[in-house]
Amino acid sequence: MDRQPKTRVAFSGFRRPLPDTQPGYLHPSYVSSRKRAPSKSLITIPATLTEVTGPRFASEDLATRDSDLTRQHSGAPLGERIIVTGRVVDEDGRSVGGTLIEIWQANAAGRYAHESDQHDAPLDPNFSGGGRLITDGDGRYSFTTIKPGAYPWGNHDNAWRPAHIHFSIFGPAFATRLVTQMYFPGDPLLAADPIWNSIADENARNRLVSAFDWEATSPGYALGYRFNIVLRGREQTPMEE
Amino acid sequence: MRLAATPSQTVGPFFAIGMHTVDIAPEPAGERLTIQGRVLDGDGNGINDAVIETWQADSAGHYADRSPRGWGRVVTDASGTFRFSTTKPGRLPGVGDVVHAPHIAVTIFARGLLKHLFTRIYFPDEPSNASDYILALVPDDRRATLIALPSGPNRFEWNIVLQGEDETAFFEC
Repeated sequence: MDRQPKTRVAFSGFRRPLPDTQPGYLHPSYVSSRKRAPSKSLITIPATLTEVTGPRFASEDLATRDSDLTRQHSGAPLGERIIVTGRVVDEDGRSVGGTLIEIWQANAAGRYAHESDQHDAPLDPNFSGGGRLITDGDGRYSFTTIKPGAYPWGNHDNAWRPAHIHFSIFGPAFATRLVTQMYFPGDPLLAADPIWNSIADENARNRLVSAFDWEATSPGYALGYRFNIVLRGREQTPMEE
Repeated sequence: MRLAATPSQTVGPFFAIGMHTVDIAPEPAGERLTIQGRVLDGDGNGINDAVIETWQADSAGHYADRSPRGWGRVVTDASGTFRFSTTKPGRLPGVGDVVHAPHIAVTIFARGLLKHLFTRIYFPDEPSNASDYILALVPDDRRATLIALPSGPNRFEWNIVLQGEDETAFFEC
């Protein structure tokens, strides 16, 4: 009979989310989730080399390195100029430096520069709404943009999305990938938004709301909002077979 | 003290403004192949606004270190079809004596998905599938959802079914 060594098959894994701090897949009040949410259980796998590695981007990999969305055209976009800044860390508070962040958003009137957006609000020839950068060694980032407008959508009667900026962040591994949305403080539309309310835990929900921050402003030029991002951290001990 | 990870939110329908598509850089040596498929919802309709990211080892079974090599991003068209070309990944070393069968890791984002989904593409006629530790965790009746079907020379078909009887096996780790 062959020797059967007790082999370690997995790497140190990633932490499971704290209860109710992430949305589920099916959130019936968000109508688009009804036919797209998986109906069967996810299969839990240990972290292998595939999940603990991931792409790393350098600035030269990006077609356009755009952290200032107000300077992508010949003129200045309409709207309230803002700085959105923060830090990317893991669940142990360690900096996630050198990672790619991509953002996209509607213009000040609440219209995306996208052919599928049929909202009857004006496009802004001076605003495309997409940006990207790589965090510095301390995980810090800063975008300059304009405050996006709210817009109506077809989810339910008189549905409006609260103003938001989409964020895509890679982190150090395939398993740390995150796509989320940043909201603005004091927005009365948040309470009625099924996407934001898909997160059951109130504190977790509120972590998607940026903070107005005087220290992030550029005096005489732009107001500032702070949005810190926490990516999944690693378990301390590897899983054993 | 543990911080709580930032919650996920849907990518929505307008991701193309910020998430540009990226072709996988081909390896000069190695077996080139094209994978095509559709992303289908619970009614069997194609999803025209999904974005798919892939991550894989090179033909020698090595992942890129500090580079985007082996990573790509494609979007679905009006019929829900996506397509990408790459080099077939090699078998991968696990911890200890373990060897993983060749596979491509896939992340799926779409409007209606509050969190991304992830899964893997495996290849038919690959003897190492039989001993692959991750495939063995997938129930027998769902394992076929992870295996690409030959559709021509160096071409494979692999569909992503988000919901229902033929639902793709999705993972969490």
